[in-house]
Amino acid sequence: MTLMKLYTLIPLMPLIASIIIGLFGRQLPKAFSHLIPIVLVLGSFLLSLYALYISYHGYVFNENLFRWMTVGQYDLNIGFMVDNLTALMMSVVTFVSLMVHIYTIEYMENDPGYSRFFSFISLFTFAMLMLVMSNNFLQLFFGWEAVGLVSYLLIGFWYKKPTAIHANMKAFLVNRVGDFGFLLGIALIMFYFGTLDYKEVFSRVDSLAGQESMLMGSSVSLVTLISILLFIGAMGKSAQVPLHVWLPDSMEGPTPISALIHAATMVTAGIFLVTRVSPIVELSNTALSLILIVGSITALFMGILGIFQNDIKRVVAYSTLSQLGYMTIALGVSSYSLAMFHLFTHAFFKALLFLGAGSVIIGMHHDQNIMNMGNLKKYMPITWITFLLATLALVGMPLFSGFYSKESIIEAVKYSEIVGSSFAYFAAVFGVFITSLYSFRLYFIVFHGEEKWRNKPVSHNHHDHGLTSNQSPHETTWVVTIPLILLAIPSVLIGFFTIEPIIKSSFLLKDIFILDSHLALQQVAEQFHGPINMALHALATLPFWLMVLGFIVAYLLYYKNINFIKTPKVLKKVIDHKYGFDNFNEYILAPLTIRLGNVLWKYMDIKIIDNFFVNGSARTINLFSHITKKIQTGFISQYAFVMVIGLLLFISYFILGGKS
Amino acid sequence: MIFTDYLFYLFSSILVLASLRVITANNPVYSALSLVLAFFSAAGIWLLLHAEFLAIALVLVYVGAVMVLFLFVVMMLDINIEALRQRFWSYFPVALLIALLFIFEIYLVVTDKFFSSSDPAGIPLEKSNTHSIGSVLYTDYLLPFQVAAVILLVAIISAIVLTMYGKKSHKAIDPKDQIKVNRNDRVRVVKMKSEKKK
Amino acid sequence: MVTLSHYLFLGGILFAISILGIFLNRKNIILILMAIELMLLAVNINFIAFSHYLGDLSGQIFVFFILTVAAAESAIGLAIIILIFRNYKSINVADVNRLKE
Repeated sequence: MTLMKLYTLIPLMPLIASIIIGLFGRQLPKAFSHLIPIVLVLGSFLLSLYALYISYHGYVFNENLFRWMTVGQYDLNIGFMVDNLTALMMSVVTFVSLMVHIYTIEYMENDPGYSRFFSFISLFTFAMLMLVMSNNFLQLFFGWEAVGLVSYLLIGFWYKKPTAIHANMKAFLVNRVGDFGFLLGIALIMFYFGTLDYKEVFSRVDSLAGQESMLMGSSVSLVTLISILLFIGAMGKSAQVPLHVWLPDSMEGPTPISALIHAATMVTAGIFLVTRVSPIVELSNTALSLILIVGSITALFMGILGIFQNDIKRVVAYSTLSQLGYMTIALGVSSYSLAMFHLFTHAFFKALLFLGAGSVIIGMHHDQNIMNMGNLKKYMPITWITFLLATLALVGMPLFSGFYSKESIIEAVKYSEIVGSSFAYFAAVFGVFITSLYSFRLYFIVFHGEEKWRNKPVSHNHHDHGLTSNQSPHETTWVVTIPLILLAIPSVLIGFFTIEPIIKSSFLLKDIFILDSHLALQQVAEQFHGPINMALHALATLPFWLMVLGFIVAYLLYYKNINFIKTPKVLKKVIDHKYGFDNFNEYILAPLTIRLGNVLWKYMDIKIIDNFFVNGSARTINLFSHITKKIQTGFISQYAFVMVIGLLLFISYFILGGKS
Repeated sequence: MIFTDYLFYLFSSILVLASLRVITANNPVYSALSLVLAFFSAAGIWLLLHAEFLAIALVLVYVGAVMVLFLFVVMMLDINIEALRQRFWSYFPVALLIALLFIFEIYLVVTDKFFSSSDPAGIPLEKSNTHSIGSVLYTDYLLPFQVAAVILLVAIISAIVLTMYGKKSHKAIDPKDQIKVNRNDRVRVVKMKSEKKK
Repeated sequence: MVTLSHYLFLGGILFAISILGIFLNRKNIILILMAIELMLLAVNINFIAFSHYLGDLSGQIFVFFILTVAAAESAIGLAIIILIFRNYKSINVADVNRLKE
């Protein structure tokens, strides 16, 4: 079997699973609904590991599978490019997807849409693999839109729930904004390079430098424009401020999806995209600064919101936003490999956090309010341990995987000299404290303290989920705990073992382009003296102590319940409104859009298009046909007369007119 | 004026008169018969032009077959002539005007010098007209000749198909059906008790 | 002296008479068919006259083919007339205008 066939098989297997389950899931026995996808995704995962093995030994695969279409002089192909970057993403995606597949068996056990759900997540795996394995921008865009579609379908999975429908619509619309920028970026690349193939575009990217493009009367550097447009696409998918509003709401979807799509894989597509186009982005300091500042804002302010949330999934969602901000910061300081590194470790511990949260939710009989929880460590020990490990990884406890990736990013920001890096450094360092605070707050409230559901006012509402005061939560079964354990292992260890190749060797760097003048990553590498040294060194740095401070504050506030800080009312209001992004959209953007739509509808659509063009042409035709109908008498002889008279006129013209 | 010229004028006048009669006759049967006369005189004119084969073919094929067909149809159909001749002359002025204009224009064209040659180039007479037509028809025009044959075949078949009755229109019995008759289909023997005598 | 133009003029007159015939007998489909036969005859006369005066046999070949096609045409035309008569009990063109509706 050739490598091409092998690589084609990787995205194809989840697609086949999705199609089989999607079409025949209801007819087949229920066990098939999870067995088929799990087996095929497992195959996909093993092949991805093989791909990683091959590319690790230095072979970069880049071939076209077939020609998709030919438009004028442009050939658009479907093809695969598998280098270390791609292979790493493939392995992460298929691994987390596999874990989520297994986990879903219990989480969705009694759901009527059981097979539909499996079909969707397999389809998502296919789309995500197409996205990362693509060797051109168009296929990337295909995967990009396909994951967006599946995300839309899965957020609205419980389609009878109005909030879910609202949330998936919101996610879809917000992503459209980002995709619009992305599409424009692709169009610009097509326009200036005449091709969408990565290799060709990147090889000719130098010709772009110095070219200007006119935009709204002022000239803008072309490379900046393209970079920013592509980054706008990334902002939509990776939920960066101000296009982040959809991600917290997307928690309406089932928890496995939150883990797979909205934490581990899809939202990192934007990070992957910017890393992939590093040869273009590197050339524009303006774009890098913008990326850095957007990332910093997201990292800091979204983390703060996490402290005040009471829905267990929303806390984790804001934490995801904040961590995505860290990755974006890393992109901004040209440390693409560190962004990928954080993406990689984050995928594990955030998926673990989400699945742990899901396990808690199962234990609490689908009650998601943390104010009804408490002391769960007694009832759900495995969930408790794995959740604690994930929390430690998230806050950046030395030796845990999150520590290595986040600490390296903070280091890189420190060494960076790009505009905005001082603000970014502040945001990143202060963000450590915030992260620690909201993570331990969640941890203490959920797993320690009183068993608060016992004091909950009794509700007779049937639709109300949750435990009654005399029930106790149970540990979930092995299909949930095994993915938790399997994810806990890399969450703890993987940073320790992979930081060296990522920082020191050219494992990722050979697929990434970094200008020589952007030194941050290089200096991080110089300062690096092995993972253990790094952990020891961290004990003496500010981020570590901020993390400890966060822990102490959380411990006092939520474990000991000492209220020594009072949140100012104004601040509370601002935070309750989530900085007003939603309000802005709802009260200003949406009415304006609706009004514009109304005007266009009433005047353009009804008056001009419908009335003038459509009905008008019909009326005109009707009018003419009424006239011409009179000529059509149905008498053959009259037709003959007309013909003869016409003949006569022609002859007259040739004889009389021709002579003169 | 030589003798053939007289013949030309004779045939021409018969032709024109006969065709006028074709279009104005009250009875379609007279029209058809006048058309036969017109064809005959046309054949005479063709003989003057040394087109012997076609002249004979016109008489034999056209008059003998096609015109007879016309007569058959005319006589077969029960035509209400009165209805057809209503307002017969109402278009006459316009039609006459158009016809005269047409004749005038033709006159303008044919009096051109190019058409006034009186000495025919003539076709070499060493072979008979039929011979020379045949030798051209079966060599240079072989394919069109075949196509013409196909057209005739199609015409025959389509004429038959068009006029064929879908339903049976006569009362004769098909012998084939008669042989197939089974006794049991026709006769039913019923056994019943005899009625009581009073 | 009879020239080519005499024959051509004869053809023209014959053609004009047929046009007149179509105008007059606009209701009688059989007469229209006969007028068309007359038109073809006029054309044939022209062809044969040209063939004779130009010394080219092609004219006569053309006439041959025209006769063939005309025979086919009148056969089908008469068949159609019979069909029309069978369906409408009339051969009046004015009755055969259902296409209009």
